[in-house]
Amino acid sequence: MAADGGMGHATKRREDVRFLMGLGKYCDDHTPAKTSYCAFARSNVANGKINSIDTVAAAGMPGVLAVFTGEDFAEVGGNPAGWLINSRDGEPMKEPKRPVLAYGKVRHVGDAYAAVIAETLEQAMDAVEAIEADIDELDAVVKMADALANDKTLVHDEIGTNQCFDWGWIEDNRAATDAAIKAAPHVTTLELVNNRLVPNAMEPRCSIGEYEPGTGDYKLTTTSQNPHLTRLLISAFVLGIPENKLTVHSPDVGGGFGSKIYHYGEEALVLAAAKKLNRPVKWTSTRTEAFLSDAHGRDHVTKIELACEKDGTFIAFRTETMANVGAYLSNFSTVTPTFLHGTLMAGNYTVPNVYVNVKAVFTNTAPVDAYRGAGRPEASFSLERVIDKAARELGINPIELRRKNFIKPDQYPFASAAGLEYDSGNYDALMDALEKRANLDGFEARCAESKKNGKLRGLGINSYVEACGIAPSNLVGILGARVGLYDAATVRVNATGNISVMVGAHSHGQGHETAFPQIVADMLGIDPLSIDIVHGDTSKIPFGMGTYGSRSLAVCGSAVFRATEKIIKKATLIAAHMLEDEPENVDFTDGDFAVKGTNKKVSFGEVALKAYIPHDFPIEFIEPGLEETAFYDPANFTYPSGAYGCEVEVDPETGKVDICAMVAIDDFGNVVNPMIVTGQVQGGLAQGIGQALLEHGIYDENGQLLSGSFMDYAMPRADDLPNFVVDHSNATPCTHNPIGAKGCGEAGAIGSPPTVVNAVIDALQRGGYDVEHIDMPVSPARVWAAMNA
Amino acid sequence: MNLADIREIAAPRAVVWSAILDAEVLKTCIPGCTELTGSATDGFEAVVVQKVGPVKATFKGMVEISDIVEGESLVLTGHGKGGPAGFAKGSAKVSFEDLGDDGTRLSYDVEAKVGGKLAQLGSRIIDGFTKKLADQFFERFQEGLEDPTEFDEGAEEDDKPKKGWIGRLLG
Repeated sequence: MAADGGMGHATKRREDVRFLMGLGKYCDDHTPAKTSYCAFARSNVANGKINSIDTVAAAGMPGVLAVFTGEDFAEVGGNPAGWLINSRDGEPMKEPKRPVLAYGKVRHVGDAYAAVIAETLEQAMDAVEAIEADIDELDAVVKMADALANDKTLVHDEIGTNQCFDWGWIEDNRAATDAAIKAAPHVTTLELVNNRLVPNAMEPRCSIGEYEPGTGDYKLTTTSQNPHLTRLLISAFVLGIPENKLTVHSPDVGGGFGSKIYHYGEEALVLAAAKKLNRPVKWTSTRTEAFLSDAHGRDHVTKIELACEKDGTFIAFRTETMANVGAYLSNFSTVTPTFLHGTLMAGNYTVPNVYVNVKAVFTNTAPVDAYRGAGRPEASFSLERVIDKAARELGINPIELRRKNFIKPDQYPFASAAGLEYDSGNYDALMDALEKRANLDGFEARCAESKKNGKLRGLGINSYVEACGIAPSNLVGILGARVGLYDAATVRVNATGNISVMVGAHSHGQGHETAFPQIVADMLGIDPLSIDIVHGDTSKIPFGMGTYGSRSLAVCGSAVFRATEKIIKKATLIAAHMLEDEPENVDFTDGDFAVKGTNKKVSFGEVALKAYIPHDFPIEFIEPGLEETAFYDPANFTYPSGAYGCEVEVDPETGKVDICAMVAIDDFGNVVNPMIVTGQVQGGLAQGIGQALLEHGIYDENGQLLSGSFMDYAMPRADDLPNFVVDHSNATPCTHNPIGAKGCGEAGAIGSPPTVVNAVIDALQRGGYDVEHIDMPVSPARVWAAMNA
Repeated sequence: MNLADIREIAAPRAVVWSAILDAEVLKTCIPGCTELTGSATDGFEAVVVQKVGPVKATFKGMVEISDIVEGESLVLTGHGKGGPAGFAKGSAKVSFEDLGDDGTRLSYDVEAKVGGKLAQLGSRIIDGFTKKLADQFFERFQEGLEDPTEFDEGAEEDDKPKKGWIGRLLG
């Protein structure tokens, strides 16, 4: 057992030394010799017919090496959606081609239609201005309802509609849910919008393409959460570069939040340009480009109904959602509003009937895809908002109403009405902890104090469950995934006893370099600092699926665990040989192999050395070396859950909302590094509160992005946030992975938005204002307008 | 955005009408206009330099006059491309009412639209900006037509067009 730094230890993040000292090496820090620079010409109109693009003047500008337009890529493949969704009638989704550069039409503001490569970035940018694009602006469809209502203004003419699919979950439950709602004694209905968010990772996207003419090898250095997935997309679908001729390297990356899962056209372009020019080609996104072209998040318009008995027993949830997919299908855009959303619509509850209908809609806006939480925040927001409204209508305390319907600890495994099998949880214990940590007994007194100060105080409660660790390949395959969702790890014990662990997950803020060694150190009984993680480079790591869906520890960490088990097994064989005994007589504890009942032992380090100096090995039984790989495919999703509480003060004069307290009680199963987990929750809470109070990606009726800079897009800042209470001590371990971990990366962003809005509505209701709902962001203007309606 | 306003100009309707169709007049009245060539029948080509919030750009574009009802009303439409700054377009429906000895009542209805960086960075201020531009245009136009003796001609106004200059311009 590693005395210090094993499983459960709050080891400080070793990577932070590098990050805090400015020694991190991000994509843009990589500048190979003879690098040239790329800049893109992007559409100023949301929908336009490209009549012609004259690049002659641009090509003649100083320093310009090449100019590309969509025509250059007309013959290569499109960037595909990773998940096939079938409509209720069995029809497959509409999947128009997403080209490397726009060709024929531009479909959103920021859609790239040409690229210039030049000796310097400034020359490339100047030449972009010299490109003469004759583009006729066409009417744009921006609002989803408008997009569905007309068949004249189309984002993609060739598919004849703006509807990508019309999905029902579970379609066989539709009639029963409809009947249950019709017969129910009480039905609460709520219409709400889940606001569009712009991811705004601190580091904008960056891609560098390189080509070696001598070998025909390509290298892409890029900001990716999953380099193997990016390589697969480029190789198998877009450019057709053989996988074994393409290395994708994703070095230090400054935040992803989902937006860097996806393959983007810029990556294909710099590779193709590098080959054509026989020079490295670098593109670094400006912040404006990031606003316009990174995949956005959320953007649902939903109507949800909750049917219940008069005593509050839930009978049914029925949801109708329009989900914006923007102008093109980004890689995960079809699974996010469907299987990552619809399957969670039973929440933490024993409700017997659930039906979800989702229409995915093309609009002339930036593509929309998974963003921290990805579908589950949308599910939790709809459920927990309508439950709060129902509590008010029925006159039942919102905590009691939730408790009444909670799945109880003895009911696991529990088959939810939305099709998932929850393996473990204890929602009452989380709610107990919340009541205590949030000091709810003192709420009325705090309310009175706020009133004295002319403020309206409110309390918001939320309970959530999410599905993480995506996921079992066999299950996602049935549901339409076009990839497997396992992960992989190789544990390489070097001759001198230190260890390199090559992992498929990518760390861009999650702390893998610290947490993963804790697992190995704990199992091998050695110093975690003798273990290093290698990640992000397809030429070094096994084929893993990367980081998203709070999956790194639960899936890749489990692969690390399995590979380490294999190491122990092999090392035991070697140790038995060294100890001249049978392997079954050898125990491994605290880093030593010992023959049972004797004082004969060898250390792990001695065994490692022996593995590489096998002078006397019985080579017919034991191979030299000590290196093992495991691919881990989980048996199920993991199901983190939580109970959140928020207290707000609303200033009735201005409508401004101040968050006074935010308490997050989460069940993440077993925790490897509690300090990292707390940090992940804090970040998630900040993003969730950002969505609830501040952030909003807004397009005007012509498809112009109005919140296209940090002047107009409000990011949460420290003074918008309270000191969080974060508690993940009430754990029920995951039952099906070897670590017992469930995942923590997205929880804060899932649990907090409904908690905050519930608190604001509670404050207004307590203050005598008959306000049932305010759409996010709950800005002062919106609160004031609701109060004065 | 949309805005509408009314101005009463102390000049006969025929004079006001012919003034608004004149390239030199338009050039002087369009704020930031550095070049304007062409004619009312063929349309004008214009270069306008403007700063919207943080974005300063040179717009090259067309000004067209359409829907002409002689002496009564017309529509001025402009479309300018500002390169990396994006684009701006707008139209003004202008009506002319003869007030006899009191001159002419000018009513206008302006619609403006921006795209690209101008929209991303300048949307908060675009309404006020449009109003300012429209006001400036019609103010200069009015000043140009009215009798110079009605105004003080201060030295500090050297950068402004001389009062009554349209009258002199059109002879």
